[in-house]
Amino acid sequence: MTLSKMNKKTTRLNKKFERMKLFLYILPFMILLFIFSYYPLYGWIYAFFDYRPPLALKDCDFVGLQWFKSMVDSPVKVQQLLGILRNTFVMSGLGILTSWLPMVFAIFLAECRSSKFQKIVQTFTTTPNFISWVLVYFMAYSIFSSSGAMNNILMNLGLITEPIQFLEQESGTWLSMWAWNTWKGLGWSAIMYLAALGGIDQGLYEAARVDGAGRFKIIWHITIPGLLPTYFVLLLLSIANFLNNGMEQYFLFQNAFNSDHIQVLDLYVYNLAMKSGSYSLATAISILKTFVSVILLFSVNRFSKAVRGESIV
Amino acid sequence: MHKKKLTITDIIIYIVFSIFTLICIFPFYYLFINAISSNELSQAGKIIFLPKDIHFTNFKEVFKLSGLWHSAFISVARTVLGTAATVFGSAFLGFMFTQKEMWARKFWYRYTIITMYVSAGLIPWFITMKNLGLTNNFWAYIIPAFVTPFNIILVKTYVESTPYELQESAKLDGAGTLRMFFSIILPISVPILATVAIFSAVSQWNAFQDTLILMTDEKYYTLQYVLYKYINQASSLAASIKNSQSMSGMVGSLATQQTTRSIQFTVSIVVALPILMVYPLFQRFFVKGIMIGAVKG
Repeated sequence: MTLSKMNKKTTRLNKKFERMKLFLYILPFMILLFIFSYYPLYGWIYAFFDYRPPLALKDCDFVGLQWFKSMVDSPVKVQQLLGILRNTFVMSGLGILTSWLPMVFAIFLAECRSSKFQKIVQTFTTTPNFISWVLVYFMAYSIFSSSGAMNNILMNLGLITEPIQFLEQESGTWLSMWAWNTWKGLGWSAIMYLAALGGIDQGLYEAARVDGAGRFKIIWHITIPGLLPTYFVLLLLSIANFLNNGMEQYFLFQNAFNSDHIQVLDLYVYNLAMKSGSYSLATAISILKTFVSVILLFSVNRFSKAVRGESIV
Repeated sequence: MHKKKLTITDIIIYIVFSIFTLICIFPFYYLFINAISSNELSQAGKIIFLPKDIHFTNFKEVFKLSGLWHSAFISVARTVLGTAATVFGSAFLGFMFTQKEMWARKFWYRYTIITMYVSAGLIPWFITMKNLGLTNNFWAYIIPAFVTPFNIILVKTYVESTPYELQESAKLDGAGTLRMFFSIILPISVPILATVAIFSAVSQWNAFQDTLILMTDEKYYTLQYVLYKYINQASSLAASIKNSQSMSGMVGSLATQQTTRSIQFTVSIVVALPILMVYPLFQRFFVKGIMIGAVKG
C-alpha cells in the first residue's frame, strides 16, 4: 500500500520534472526575448526625465509629465504635431482607400485566359516586394533626378526646357510615396487574393453561367463576395497598423524640401532623437503611439469577433 | 470556359497588366543598362532605353573601392548566420510550443506573441542595445534573429498539422524531446523551414535600419548601407574614386573611367542581383509562406 503510494508520488514528481525540463529548453530563448522586447519597456522612464545622452539617467532631472505636456503647450508645437499626424493619417489613409486594388488586380488577372501571361505578370509584379527600400530609393533617384531618365525624355520631347526637380517637391509628396508603396507591394498583395480565388466553389460559376450571367455579373455576384472575407481581415489589420507606417521609406525619401509633408510619426521619432537629441520627447511620443496602437488592435479584434465570430490575432 | 473570342474588355485587361508589369520591370532594367554602358553617357543620364558601348569593367573596378569587399562580406555573413539563427530558433520554439506537457506553455506562447504588437519604441530599444554593447557590434545583426514570433507561429501551425502518431511512436521507442526534434520534427518540417529561411534571408540581406541606428563604424556597414552612403554623400564617393584611381596609377578612357553614377549603378546591381537570382527559383516558397501566414494572420 505505502509502496504504491510512494511510487505514485515519484511518478508525479517525475512528471513535474519532465514539465520543467521542457520549459528549461526554451528558457534561454525566453530570456533573449525578455532582453530585446520586454526590458526596453523599462526605458519608458526616459520620458519622465530630462534625459541628456552623455549623462547617466540618475544625473538627470525628473520632470514628470512635462514632455507630454510640452507636445501641446504652445500653438507652434500643436501645429507641428498636427502636421505630423496629418501626414501619418494621409499616408495610412491613402493605403486604406486603395486597399481594394490588390483584390481587383487578382480578379482581372484571373480573367486572363493565358496562364503563361498570368505567370509572367505575377513573377514580375511581385519582384519589387523583395528589394530593399534603399534600392527603391536609388531607382527613384536615378530615374527622377534632374539628370535622370524622366527629365531626359521630357527634354528630348521638347516638353520642358529646364529639368523638373521631381524628388525635391513638396506638392505631390503624399501621392508619390503612395505610388512607390503601391509599385512595391501591389503584385505581392494580390497573391493572397489569387489563392483565395481558388477556394471559391466552382459550382457557383457553373450555375451562374447556366443562368446566363455575363462576366461582370459573375464577378460582382460571386467572385467579390467570395473574396470579401479575405479583404475584410486585411483591412482590419491595416486599420490596426494605422500609426505604424515604419520609417525606412520616408527616411530615405526625405529632404530639405519635402520634410513638412513626409514626416510620419515613426520618422518624426527618429528625427527627434537622432538628429535633435530629444531622447525624452521621442520616447514620450513612442509611448503614446504604442498605447493607441494596442487600443486600435484590441478594438479591431473585438469588432472582428463580433462580426465574423473569429479574432484576427 | 465561356466564349473563346477576345472581347474589348479582354484586350483592355491585357494592356493594363502589360503596362503595369513593364513599370515593375523597367527600373531594374534601367539600373542594369546603366551599369554596363559607357560611364560618361550614364553620368549624363543619356542611357534611357538601350545600353551603349557595353562593358563590364565596372563590376571589377567597383570592388577596388575601399571597404566594399568588406561590406559585401558583412552582408553575406549576416544573411547566412542570421538566417541560420532564425531557422533554428523558430523551428525549435515552434515545435516546443506544441508540447502540451510543458510547464506554463500557454503563458510562454502568449509572452512570445505579444512582442509582435507591443513595442517599446525606437529610443528605449536603441538605449538597450547600447547598454548591451550591441552598437558597433556585428552580433547585433544575429542575436535578435533567434526569436522571431511570426516565424514561430508559422512553424507551430505546421507542426500541429503533421500526424501526432509520429511523435507518439518516437516516444514509445524511448526518444527524448530533443531527439524527437532533431530526428523527426526537423526532417518533416523542411517545407516550412525553407519558407522561413528564404523570408529571413531576404530581410537580412535587405536590412538597413539597424545599421543606420546601431553602427557608426565602417567595419559593420552592410552593402545596403554603403549604397545609401554612396547616394547621399556623392562628394566623398568622388574623393574615394580619385583615391583608388591614383592608387592603381592608371586612368582609363572616359567610357570606362569610374564616375559617382557608374559606381552607384554598379553597387545597386550588386545589391539587387542575389534577390533577382534566387527569386524565380523560390517563388513557390514565398507564395506558400504568405498563405500559411494568412491562415493564422
